[in-house]
Amino acid sequence: MSVAALHDVEVDYGQRGRALGPFSLSVAPGEIVALVGPSGCGKSTALRLLAGLERPTRGEVVRAPGRGETAVVFQAPTLAPWLSACANVALPLELAGTPKQTAAARATEALGRVGLAKADAARPAQLSGGMAMRVSLARALVTEPKLLLLDEPFAALDEITRRALADDVLALWAASGPGIVFVTHNVEEAVYMASRVVVMTPGPGRMAAEIAVGGETPRPLGFRTTPQFRATAEAVSERLFAACAA
Amino acid sequence: MSRLANRIAPFALLAVLLAAWEIACRALHVPAYFLPAPSQVARAIVADLPTLAAAAWRTLSVALGALLIASVVAQALAVVIGLHPLLERAVRPLASIVQVTPVVAIAPLVLIWAGIDHPERAILALAALVAFFPIFSGAVTGLHAADPDLERVFDLYGASRWQRVARLRLPSAIPFLLEGHKVGAGLAIIGAVVAEFGAGSGGVRGLAWQILDAGNKLQTDRMIAALTVLGAMGVALHALLEAAERSALRWWRGR
Repeated sequence: MSVAALHDVEVDYGQRGRALGPFSLSVAPGEIVALVGPSGCGKSTALRLLAGLERPTRGEVVRAPGRGETAVVFQAPTLAPWLSACANVALPLELAGTPKQTAAARATEALGRVGLAKADAARPAQLSGGMAMRVSLARALVTEPKLLLLDEPFAALDEITRRALADDVLALWAASGPGIVFVTHNVEEAVYMASRVVVMTPGPGRMAAEIAVGGETPRPLGFRTTPQFRATAEAVSERLFAACAA
Repeated sequence: MSRLANRIAPFALLAVLLAAWEIACRALHVPAYFLPAPSQVARAIVADLPTLAAAAWRTLSVALGALLIASVVAQALAVVIGLHPLLERAVRPLASIVQVTPVVAIAPLVLIWAGIDHPERAILALAALVAFFPIFSGAVTGLHAADPDLERVFDLYGASRWQRVARLRLPSAIPFLLEGHKVGAGLAIIGAVVAEFGAGSGGVRGLAWQILDAGNKLQTDRMIAALTVLGAMGVALHALLEAAERSALRWWRGR
């Protein structure tokens, strides 16, 4: 039983040629999978397939979540500048027909979960990069998704903010347990976040290796310094280098 | 200091030019029918003020009415097109034809359609036609300017076509619409004046008629007086819309 799965999918983009595949991936309910690979390997394409935003040229995509049960967080916060933080978070609910007041109340609650209870009325332009990303996360969580897709969500943030956000995502995951697919080109971030890391080859991306990550989730304090974490990160790096060299 | 200089610079240049004009007219004894001195023009403005103000208001109200019509029609059309991509393909070339046709060239035709007794309708229609394109073009561009990832968010939650236009594309288009209205307002004034010229004497006594009438009587000071009022009106309207655009954009961006 999986939340979403790709079976031997291939994606061709006309003149640009093949972007992805053949590639297979299955995400179990409540599992966190990280996709690691060089730029242009089709990670984001794989994510859009899982989201149902794109169709594969060949192969099959199987998705269990219904309408509104998949959420995506993009590299940029992708908020509407003309709406307040609360209205941005309420948007998915309102699109699904939730009455305005209920949607606003649930949005306020979701903002509270990401630590932004006081930023309700703020506009995106008034928030820092990290705060805006949190609003984006709240928008993804407000519908209680079964599948949460993160497309390099912390890439534009500084190290301290990205570490704090990584822990926040894991804490939120522990609370509601969606299946998460996390795209990144940062090996340590992948190992820290995921219970399984999938290494991809340069474009068109295929699976180069699959490495299980032990340890409890959310991560205990100082997890990054444990021998287990270092060894796994080293193993992922090696596979990534090997895949890029091949 | 430099701020003050920035503010004063355009007025200083204007003063220098006017002074040079005044001195040249007096020193060279230029005949008044050929080029009156600024002081004479100023006297003409003061003497004609009630007539000029009424004429300016007539032209301005036509321009504003035309802007309103153009705004409603252009935005409605852009939204309909936004809902049906095939329509956009069909409408775009036609809209371009409207854009490249000079208003003086269609003025006689529109005057016939409006009827000999209603030149004011023809002028309104022509000014609206001129103001239409920048607003329409801004709206169409703006409706396509939404963040593609925000579009994906709307895909993800199964937004209807109408939700997408009303809640994403139209709000995303606001900066383009503001710019379109600013340009359109300027063109509406030009359109109103040109159309008045096209309509000829009598029917509508706006600023263009003042210029024509004064020209026929070789009252050059009155001609320049009307031109000055027209210029001042344009500058004032532009400044007003610029300020409105700035504050609206500040609201839209949230800072």
